[in-house]
Amino acid sequence: MAVRLPRIGTAQIVALGLILVANWIVSPQFFDIRVQDGRLFGSLIDVFNRGAPVALLSIGMVLVIAMRGIDLSVGAVMAICGAIAASLADSHSLPVVLAAALGAGLLCGLWNGLLVAVLGIQPIVATLILMVAGRGIAQLITEGRIVTFTSPDLAFLGGGSVLGLPTPVVLTLGMMALTLLLVRGTALGLMIEATGGNPRASALAGIGTRLITVAVYVWSGLCAALAGIVASADILGADANNAGLWLELDAILAVVIGGTSLFGGRFSILLAVVGAFIIQAMNTGILLSGFPPETNLVVKAVVVLTVLLAQSPRLGGHLAGLGVLFSRSKSGGKRR
Amino acid sequence: MHATETFPPPLLALAGFSKSFAGFKALDRVDFSLRAGEIHALLGENGAGKSTLIKAMTGVVQRDAGSLRLDGVEIAPRSAEEAVRAGIATVYQEVNLAPNLSVAQNLFLGRQPTRFGLVREGEMRRRARALLSEFGLAIDVSAPLESYSVAVQHIVAIARAVDQSARVLILDEPTASLDAHEVEVLFAVMRQLSARGIGIVFVTHFLDQVYAICDRITVLRNGRLAGSAPVDELPRLDLVRLMLGRELSEATSRRPPASEGEAPADVARFRGVGKAGTIAPFDLTLRAGHVVGLAGLLGSGRTETVRLVFGADRADCGAVEVAGRAVSIGSPREAMALGFGYCPEERKTEGIVAELTVRENIALALQARRGALSPLSRREQDALAAKFIGLLDIRPPDPERPVGLLSGGNQQKVLLARWLATAPRLLILDEPTRGIDVGAHAEIIGLIRDLCREGMALLVVSSELEELVTYADEVVVLRDRAHVARLSGAEIEVSTILATIADAPASLAAA
Repeated sequence: MAVRLPRIGTAQIVALGLILVANWIVSPQFFDIRVQDGRLFGSLIDVFNRGAPVALLSIGMVLVIAMRGIDLSVGAVMAICGAIAASLADSHSLPVVLAAALGAGLLCGLWNGLLVAVLGIQPIVATLILMVAGRGIAQLITEGRIVTFTSPDLAFLGGGSVLGLPTPVVLTLGMMALTLLLVRGTALGLMIEATGGNPRASALAGIGTRLITVAVYVWSGLCAALAGIVASADILGADANNAGLWLELDAILAVVIGGTSLFGGRFSILLAVVGAFIIQAMNTGILLSGFPPETNLVVKAVVVLTVLLAQSPRLGGHLAGLGVLFSRSKSGGKRR
Repeated sequence: MHATETFPPPLLALAGFSKSFAGFKALDRVDFSLRAGEIHALLGENGAGKSTLIKAMTGVVQRDAGSLRLDGVEIAPRSAEEAVRAGIATVYQEVNLAPNLSVAQNLFLGRQPTRFGLVREGEMRRRARALLSEFGLAIDVSAPLESYSVAVQHIVAIARAVDQSARVLILDEPTASLDAHEVEVLFAVMRQLSARGIGIVFVTHFLDQVYAICDRITVLRNGRLAGSAPVDELPRLDLVRLMLGRELSEATSRRPPASEGEAPADVARFRGVGKAGTIAPFDLTLRAGHVVGLAGLLGSGRTETVRLVFGADRADCGAVEVAGRAVSIGSPREAMALGFGYCPEERKTEGIVAELTVRENIALALQARRGALSPLSRREQDALAAKFIGLLDIRPPDPERPVGLLSGGNQQKVLLARWLATAPRLLILDEPTRGIDVGAHAEIIGLIRDLCREGMALLVVSSELEELVTYADEVVVLRDRAHVARLSGAEIEVSTILATIADAPASLAAA
């Protein structure tokens, strides 16, 4: 390989830095940060604030993908849980609202996990069911309307701040820390990587692969529920048709940018979150630049293409020399 | 061994076929010839090079060296399709057709009779019926292929191949999932094709079938031609000897018999354990400090036996006793809880996790037994890795190297380390020395002896009979998915084992 990066993750962090600098070039105030009512404001803070939902989704998604699965339902689960939170917000206390919304996310994840682990349905098909049905369920909850609420408690989760940082950012960091603790503080991470790397060998080594499969889908459901709560709290309402729409694809993209192979195995939660912020930084940059927002999709497509080419075993070697996001090009060739 | 080599010219002649994969010689200057109308058995154990030879002659993989002549004309197919066009068709064990399409569509896929660009369904069905009737098959050709038995599917695949003007037909283990009657039907088809002058290459693991239908036998071993002879010049015992070979030249001293007097404790007793269609019920007793070897040809039920013992497959009958207690073993986890360990034969697909490091691979089973919530600390893992890298001399001695980058022998040692780390009472080794270099062979055999001395019970599957006799206290011989003999003491000799494997079942000896 032409360039040897000192350690995994450098490429992603460099990419995030490059995009932020590009944003600064198109919009010189990009790095300006103001303090207003004890909360930080500015384009940079906006990137993290806006990127929080996808970052939350990617935390769950990275575990699912590491197990050779995929969860297409997270956008729909966001809509369901956001709808539940918005519908209950003005009539119930915050703990009840949160318990109901998170509980719904947990059930959604359990459903996916059982379809995959017990019935043996291919993950892409199993989660497609809830991806399609979930939006219908969310519409049933909101009775087809856009539900709004005024509860300041719930609104705080979207628009408030903790120690100057927007609450969604704090929630994302908290969820990331909790997930890291659960996965890397125990042997779960090793077991997930082993199962994703070689499911048959892992089962023969005595790993409870089925239980872990259910667990990662449940966790993905929980992360989606939290993302849905944040999204609803942000707009003080729930739009069952549009909440979380297509965000499952952004989350998958974030995971892939973060260097976790769709073939499963090695994963990085931190880099998946960085991937989510890379995507948001691109979105924000295009908005600031004054280009029509439609260009965003083209730029995203170029980034996806670059990442996939870099992971391709045949092209990885060539592209590595260009210093693009390629930290996984080596492992891309592991299974041929 | 040297029948009429020049006259008449062979239909298909391969000379000096070689193929290497990443430095490993899968084929080493193999010659092979097939005459018109001949049914030619291609035999060999796992890894002998049969599939590579078939793939190389049909263009699925490109050979490194060698020539291929069909009817005296040099050909070089670059894909299976080109091989079919040249006249060499292959029917694989897993029929390579579209199960959801109709029989007729499968027969004519890609070459349907058309008129004005439209498929003439009626014409196609008529032709399909005519084609299959040649093979004595009168079935509804508009029904989906998957609605028929595997035997019918094979015949459909063969009919398709023959109809595409095949001169050479390669049948890769067509009988593996057929019952006795279906095999007869298939044999009738093969005899008919042979009468038409088509040359058939027949790959199988069933020796009875070889003697029932074949004219000539070619045996491969370790990528080389081990021998080739007309079937009546190669009796069973010689054939088995050719297949299993006798290469290990190093002195094969028998290990001293376990000390007399004190009866070693039973670690596990299996009574009447079996699984329908997989392995006939067997009894097996495993004792501390004893090595039980399982010998037999590929497909005889050795791996099936150990998978039942370890709970990787669930037995449907029988009783198990571990340390005097009745237990049931329904999963590898349960087997591990009883102190069992299992190094599977398929090292790459069932053993190592290639992208994880040596350290992580070694820690895996112990960690699985402790549960996710009590992780081995990094320091414990490092200590474990260092201990076993030293003990088993794993090279390179780098615990952070992905195990997929190690050589086969070192991967095998990592697997052994994974189980030794759990300090098992019973260790099951399936082909522990397959595909690894000679030096590592000796080390692993030495290790088996050491483990045995330390009081571990071992159950070892091996095709390397010379090795097996040096460390086994008891050898169970398997044939046709059943345990047929139990040898102990002085009976454990390579010649005795070979004779027992080759013994034709009484009912078939007449045929």
